[in-house]
Amino acid sequence: MLAKRIIPCLDVKDGRVVKGKQFIQLRDAGDPVELAMYYNGQGADELVFLDISASNEGRNTMVDVVKAVAAKLAIPFTVGGGIHSLENIKALLRAGADKVSLNSSAVENPGLITAGADFFGCQCIVCAIDAKFDPETSSYRVYTHGGQKQTDLDAIEWAKKAVSLGAGEILLTSMDQDGEKSGFELNLTRKISEAVDVPVIASGGAGKASDFFDAFSAGKADAALAASIFHYKETSVAQVKTYLKQKGVAIR
Amino acid sequence: MIGIVDYGMGNLYSLSQALKRLDQDFVISDHSSELAGTDGLILPGVGAFKDAMALLNEKGLSAFLTRYVQEKPLLGICLGMQLLFEESEEGSLTKGLAFLSGRVARFSGISQVTGERYKVPHMGWNTLEFKQPDSPLLNALEPDYAYFVHSYYAETKDSSILIATADYHEQVPAVVGSGHIFGTQFHPEKSGVFGQALLKNYLDFVKRM
Repeated sequence: MLAKRIIPCLDVKDGRVVKGKQFIQLRDAGDPVELAMYYNGQGADELVFLDISASNEGRNTMVDVVKAVAAKLAIPFTVGGGIHSLENIKALLRAGADKVSLNSSAVENPGLITAGADFFGCQCIVCAIDAKFDPETSSYRVYTHGGQKQTDLDAIEWAKKAVSLGAGEILLTSMDQDGEKSGFELNLTRKISEAVDVPVIASGGAGKASDFFDAFSAGKADAALAASIFHYKETSVAQVKTYLKQKGVAIR
Repeated sequence: MIGIVDYGMGNLYSLSQALKRLDQDFVISDHSSELAGTDGLILPGVGAFKDAMALLNEKGLSAFLTRYVQEKPLLGICLGMQLLFEESEEGSLTKGLAFLSGRVARFSGISQVTGERYKVPHMGWNTLEFKQPDSPLLNALEPDYAYFVHSYYAETKDSSILIATADYHEQVPAVVGSGHIFGTQFHPEKSGVFGQALLKNYLDFVKRM
């Protein structure tokens, strides 16, 4: 049976992992390779590296990070952040990333989804959607640029469009839930999961193991991503997986 | 020496790194003259079947591979496995290498049992069922999770080539083989400890040939 996936997300800036690094007892906790191997050892099913570098130098460093990770890590990983061109996509995939995640650039240039999917197959192209509930219209709006910029796109419609353009997976982050640690946004996750035929990764709001159970059952997500609760060791990938197994969820 | 067939489709870096971790010498090439001297080949691949066959034909690699597998082992991975079959319906109907009997079809996306829609691609970790536990590729392995990512799968009436299968609304051939020609639908280089052990089994098989 296909397992539900648990995906830790690591923020990388100028080639180093930031956020939470001081809480994990590693020789060099800022080293992406060491952290990747740490989560791999915990039973992570995949990893996401989010490049939050502000400079071009930092971006270029990401290709070296990807190479170093791919040399050691024997599970799939996705790279997102600052990918604007087919050349960026090619460089990261050739360096050993399994998938790239497109967010703002996909909204600004939807053709990039298609170009990437045509070249490497749709399984490599993840469309990341940052969504926030809009009480006025009772709908979920898409935001870009790290949540700074509101667009007029409806999250569900954009997810459908992204898939029709060639996205092989949707990474849905709820801006309302992100950082709240009160659980994933189940309503929107379920709606998008039902609206598209590709896997959906729930993101934003994980606080405890049972939140993951809800994401998979009520939210109908195929995978769930979390950052801070794993980095700050509030729970571990292994603990979450043990809990889910006890609840009868298919888990590796 | 192992040859990785580089015909321009796929992410060879992860595979080459997996071989490095196993202390395996390898050459990455699209020249049959270079690949001919190897003891066994790996045919990787992601992307579209039609494009892959066009490139293999263009580079003269189809004919080369057909000669090569008369004597020496080959392991196809993901799309590389699908290419071993007779034809694929991906895009327009395209002829494959035809080393194994069967055709490549798209997941329908609708369960034949419940009539419900299901997700395509088949993406993530799925369990294997061993059909031929005594296959050299499964030597000393127990059924485990492997990492799949594909929208098409091989349909075959020849159960003798099914070494392991996975269940994703259809019976998905996960490890196939006939004689010294093998294929895995999943990515052994991305399937953790299990995948690494299976790759090593292939390398050991090549050494014994």
